[in-house]
Amino acid sequence: MSVQLDRRSEIRADARAAYARMVEIRLFEEQVNELFAAGLVHGTTHLCQGQEALDVALAAVLRDDDVVAATYRGHGIALALGMTPASVLAEIMGRSTGCTGGVGGSMHLADMSIGLLPTSAIIGAGLPIATGAALAFQTRGEDRVAVAVFGDGASNIGAFHESLNMAAVWRLPVLFLCDNNVYGEYSRIDRTTAVLDLSRRAAGYDIPGESFDGMDVDTARTAIAAAVDRARNGGGPSLLEARTYRFAGHSRADKALYRPEGELEEYRKRDPIAVRRSALLAQGVSEGELAAIDARVADDIAAVVATVSADPLPDLAAMFANIWTEPAAAAR
Amino acid sequence: MPTMRVNQAIATALADEMRADASVMVFGEDIAEAEGPFKTSEGLLAEFGPLRVRDTPISEMAFTGAAVGAATLGMRPVIEIMFVEFLGVALDELVTEAAKFRYLSNGALSVPMVVRASVGSGLGFGCQHSQTLENWVSATPGLTVVTISDAQSAYGLMRAAIRDPDPVIVLEPRTLYARRGEVTTGEAGILPLRRARTVRPGADITVVAMGQTVGIALDAVAACDVDAEVIDLATLSPWDRSTVLTSVHRTGRLIVVEEAPLTGGWGAQVVATAASEAFSALTAAPFRITTPDVPVPYAKHLEARFVPTVEDVARQLRTYLDTGAVPQPWWVLEGVSA
Repeated sequence: MSVQLDRRSEIRADARAAYARMVEIRLFEEQVNELFAAGLVHGTTHLCQGQEALDVALAAVLRDDDVVAATYRGHGIALALGMTPASVLAEIMGRSTGCTGGVGGSMHLADMSIGLLPTSAIIGAGLPIATGAALAFQTRGEDRVAVAVFGDGASNIGAFHESLNMAAVWRLPVLFLCDNNVYGEYSRIDRTTAVLDLSRRAAGYDIPGESFDGMDVDTARTAIAAAVDRARNGGGPSLLEARTYRFAGHSRADKALYRPEGELEEYRKRDPIAVRRSALLAQGVSEGELAAIDARVADDIAAVVATVSADPLPDLAAMFANIWTEPAAAAR
Repeated sequence: MPTMRVNQAIATALADEMRADASVMVFGEDIAEAEGPFKTSEGLLAEFGPLRVRDTPISEMAFTGAAVGAATLGMRPVIEIMFVEFLGVALDELVTEAAKFRYLSNGALSVPMVVRASVGSGLGFGCQHSQTLENWVSATPGLTVVTISDAQSAYGLMRAAIRDPDPVIVLEPRTLYARRGEVTTGEAGILPLRRARTVRPGADITVVAMGQTVGIALDAVAACDVDAEVIDLATLSPWDRSTVLTSVHRTGRLIVVEEAPLTGGWGAQVVATAASEAFSALTAAPFRITTPDVPVPYAKHLEARFVPTVEDVARQLRTYLDTGAVPQPWWVLEGVSA
């Protein structure tokens, strides 16, 4: 079994490992933010602090042969599914050791060995693709499941509605998992969206819909497991709405000054990592043990930054590779 | 050798590939029960059943994206865009997703999907159902764009497109569906992608055409009694420079006959390439016979002038061969437009 799939297995079986992964995602994102702020990485990035519980819950539920179509806010889901921090960071830093060889960047992570389809920089693009993956599974009679992860903003785009309808008509094994982090890019959901309980939109397609607290990993895991089981057993698609909060701005350039006063602080009280910490403490895990996990993850991330910073840059030939298959290239 | 209509050649190609490969499936609007508005999927539902032959909702974005997902997960989907204009609402999935998956996976992923779309003017469908729009997709590295021109190319290029590991768009001029031609079926009938077809060899001038202008060019050449080499480009992107440039080097003269606009039409690339790379071989300026920069008009006598006519191509061919000068387009010559 690969290192990456081992990383996936850990978080399924072990609550401490799941906590450690959430911390890893948090510290990773903070580190990426620092690298950009220091001018060590060019371009843009979309961070996911506040959404760690959902990513880890999804990864813990899925089987190794299931697939996920996610978005440009995808570092967390990639790490949760098992991609190594080195592979993600190297891609963000444009190194040849990155998961797409450094030609993709922060918004484009992919590795089918962990079931991660190329994450898309286009809002809503992943829903039809996950629907199509589910179509392949159904047509071949396989009991695999496809998941589309998308934000609240995507629930207003045509691809969302078309995909839910078509998946419902064909009863496809797909889960539409909406990460409602309250903001679509720079705009608060209540200024852009007619229905605030997004799972109600499932009724329009006669499929199950449920909203849940996406800040709590156990709650998320329970809800996701039910929908994934239903899809796997021929019950068709579901729409789930995870209620999370985007602690960072939309992208690197966004300081999120448009937030109502006090909102961030309110949500911080339900920080998914703090919630998880409290739960583990209540279950008898010691403060010392959690502090040791925090310290170990921080050390690991620091080591990864040091290693990846020295990784090679892609050579010029990388620009011309992997566009068409070779016979096409030869014809040119 | 059997003769069949172009739409039958397409249905036959789909059926033959579906028999050969269980991962081939087809979906689109009205293609299963109704067997396609242009009868290009006749018999498929009956033979291959409702899992592999599906009617979709009117949701091009969803089913084009579904083809991307299904192809990535091991199927070979062939989808039908009834009129190419309907691709407008689905372009993201093709241009920005399908064409990028190999690139964004370090070469690990492949998207062997085919998008079939009917195109072109000539049947009175008006300006929103008569465009060819190959230039929407021909400037996207990663996409292969093909246009069929007769029954054999419909059969042979379709099978090749389905077998190709990358996303391929097959454009089908609607005026050709009812046209009959001899078709070699089976493996021997498969035509290579990315290769132009020399449909008439000749020594005096190279005429490059594609889709429904191939037949127009052949008729015009016959009317002029000129020893022209007529090349059907067949694959527009990536196009076969070598066949075209070799021919131009031999003949020294080049005309492109397009069902595409003067501004931004595909022939501009062909003429520019010949001008740069075969300049010393050219004995006259290469030029294009295109559609005017207008929407496709509805009234029958107007639509009849939209695509280059046999008579007008013959006129320009004669002028060019007699004088070596580039003739004016009909709308300038007749004083209709500048």
